[in-house]
Amino acid sequence: MKLQDVKWGKVLDKYKMLFILLLMIVLMSFASNVFLSGRNIMNIIRQISVNTVIAVGMTFVIITGGIDLSAGAILAVSGVVAAALVKSGAVSSIFLVAVIASLAGGVLGLLNGFSIAKLKVPPFISTLAMMQSARGIAYLLSNGRPIVDLPKSFLIIGQENFLGIPVMILLMILVVIIGYTVLQRTKFGRYVYYVGGNEEAARVSGINVSKLLITVYTIAGICAGFAGVILASRINSGQPQAGLTYELYAIAAVVIGGTSLNGGIGSMGGTLIGACIIGIIRNSMNLLNVSPFNQMVVLGIVILLAVILDMQSSKKTSNG
Amino acid sequence: MVAEKNLLEMRGITKTFPGVKALNNVDLKIRHGEVHALIGENGAGKSTLMKVLLGIYTPDSGEISFKDKIVQHNSPNEALELGISMIHQELSLVPHRTVAENILIGREPRNAFGLMSWKELYRKASEFMKSIHVEFDPEEIVSNLTVSHQQMIEIARAISYESDIIIMDEPTSALTDNEVEKLFSIINDLKNKGVSVIFISHKLEEIFRIADRTTVLRDGQLIGVKDNKDFDKNRLVGMMVGRELNQIFPKEEVPIGDVVLEAKNLTRKGVFKNISFKVREGEILGFSGLMGAGRTEVMRALFGIDKLDSGEVFYKGKKVTIDSPQTAIKMGWGMVTEDRKEEGLCLVRSVRENISMATMDEYCSYEFINNKQEKDHTKQMIEMLKIKTPNQTVMANSLSGGNQQKVVIAKWLSTAPKLIILDEPTRGIDVGAKSEIHRLMTSFARKGLAVIMISSEMPEILGMSDRIMVMFGGELRGEFTREEATQEKIMECAIAE
Repeated sequence: MKLQDVKWGKVLDKYKMLFILLLMIVLMSFASNVFLSGRNIMNIIRQISVNTVIAVGMTFVIITGGIDLSAGAILAVSGVVAAALVKSGAVSSIFLVAVIASLAGGVLGLLNGFSIAKLKVPPFISTLAMMQSARGIAYLLSNGRPIVDLPKSFLIIGQENFLGIPVMILLMILVVIIGYTVLQRTKFGRYVYYVGGNEEAARVSGINVSKLLITVYTIAGICAGFAGVILASRINSGQPQAGLTYELYAIAAVVIGGTSLNGGIGSMGGTLIGACIIGIIRNSMNLLNVSPFNQMVVLGIVILLAVILDMQSSKKTSNG
Repeated sequence: MVAEKNLLEMRGITKTFPGVKALNNVDLKIRHGEVHALIGENGAGKSTLMKVLLGIYTPDSGEISFKDKIVQHNSPNEALELGISMIHQELSLVPHRTVAENILIGREPRNAFGLMSWKELYRKASEFMKSIHVEFDPEEIVSNLTVSHQQMIEIARAISYESDIIIMDEPTSALTDNEVEKLFSIINDLKNKGVSVIFISHKLEEIFRIADRTTVLRDGQLIGVKDNKDFDKNRLVGMMVGRELNQIFPKEEVPIGDVVLEAKNLTRKGVFKNISFKVREGEILGFSGLMGAGRTEVMRALFGIDKLDSGEVFYKGKKVTIDSPQTAIKMGWGMVTEDRKEEGLCLVRSVRENISMATMDEYCSYEFINNKQEKDHTKQMIEMLKIKTPNQTVMANSLSGGNQQKVVIAKWLSTAPKLIILDEPTRGIDVGAKSEIHRLMTSFARKGLAVIMISSEMPEILGMSDRIMVMFGGELRGEFTREEATQEKIMECAIAE
């Protein structure tokens, strides 16, 4: 009997965020009659797409024990780059525009990684500096003004449907699946866990830690950049001030999803759940007419609770 | 001298840690105004005894009487209030603050508003330093001073508490000869004032020079207390190591083959110098020495974790340059590091992931992991090393120390190494797991591996090694064959003259 109790506890512990998500859905379906409507659900998923794409990159970073504060600013750079490219007509293929703009984010991420892995500047500081510089770059590239009225073909990404599902949702799902596969199924993903779990042990075991860190921050930059492309298409403009504080929502999604800020532990599925929880909280508060100011306070408290929960479960494991 | 009163009496102190009796019924008696040396091998119990005295550990049994009163204190601060202070082996200064602040830490003079009075602070510190003839600029930032000067500040601080007993744990290890002289004259002054000093050192010459009496510990037992007048070096070494070697080691004679690794004049400035040795197929080469002798540092540099300043390494007759652990692993080397928690394991990852850490390439095609192959290999390793774990996916930190160590060994065994370095392979694990690991080492040798083992445990060194290198202070001090080696010979090499 006792054994079963323990097992239940473990299941509950492992999937606690999923339970919380389901509980929120059940509660909200009683509290509001539009919550479960297809339109609202699609709305929620569309709203979390940008955050989820950033959070996929952020998951890699946080599992290595790092942090990326520059995601929002990198998003703005890529959004402006994409908008400028399509507006000028320099690159006609939308696919190519998306790739170039995302890679621009990747280059900034690479610089983050270089400064962290080679110059040994702590991730918090490196990416804080990048947050500032990248924001400046976004303003420079756009002359400080939004680049608006983008060609119709570019708006497919953020505004059109494919087989009845918004393209941006499909893109988000694609990014999550790729992120999951890389993290769980490849050698690289495994190395991410090793480096986050014990950097010194990883180094002694022959893993090239600096190369890995540089790659991880580059991936985070590409994800933020791609999110920037999606957002630019969604709002039909490349805005230099886009994505302010988005890194914080992404970090929140990752942490709520059970990834440990100490590194070594975390999953892509958890991050998706975390992003959903944040999305539902925001959507619910809108439906319940909670003011945006109150919403900010509530989100802050949710993040704090998630970290406390994480600390408690990590205490449990280190005792056991 | 007639029944002189003791200032401090520790009586029947016993302290057990899971799996080890660190102190067993130990007495330590310190007289007024004496310099009392405390000596013993690594793990003899010196540090534990001092931690009990400082109130960091509570003994399981035994009592401490200080100034004829039974005392029970629970922290170094309380010990300080009683009149017991300690100079730690590792520096405990605040590096970015001034000399004066460090010396008078916690006792800073205040002005009328309750704020720090800097002038007064500098004046007091400088006055105090003058009184013990240790003169530094009180306004100098500590981190700007050399290590030996920092050590002098540390000493000055301990003395400034005007304690009745000052514990000095290897105080001279970071000092220059001049400073050692200065320290000795300070100690003599203290003695004249009636202050007692407990002096822990591995340097016998110092002990004979400065100490009045010596207490010898071994394996957590009190071996003896002697007046230094009727004592000599040989007797002291004899007491330190004179255990009976009745433990049986599963060491087998295996044919010893060609030289696998030859190191010539390995040097890392300020850490070790001119280290040369060879190790052959099927041979277990033991590295003995006291803590801080530089053994781990040599192996880390050899394995490419730290940089070598000079020296050559030949592997199977060819000169090689090891610039990173990756190179070492590719060459067929493995290294079970000293501290499994710091450098060996990812504690929050599974047993399987830990075992695969150095061999992921083998389970991957086109970067993708072949799960079945990895699982099968893990299963094989768990069975071969008899790792006690409920399954492959539990976190490494849920295993016992011995099984954790086996996981680290399994990781390196998976790389099919030709040379394996084991740094303190059995530290902190229980007797059963210990002898299993010894059996494994023998089986490595039988398979023709060259094995380098660092161990601070004398019986293990004597029981498992074919040849023994002894280090002291970053240098090789001796080499013995299995037949020649005795505890006494090794200990004589491992401590300074």
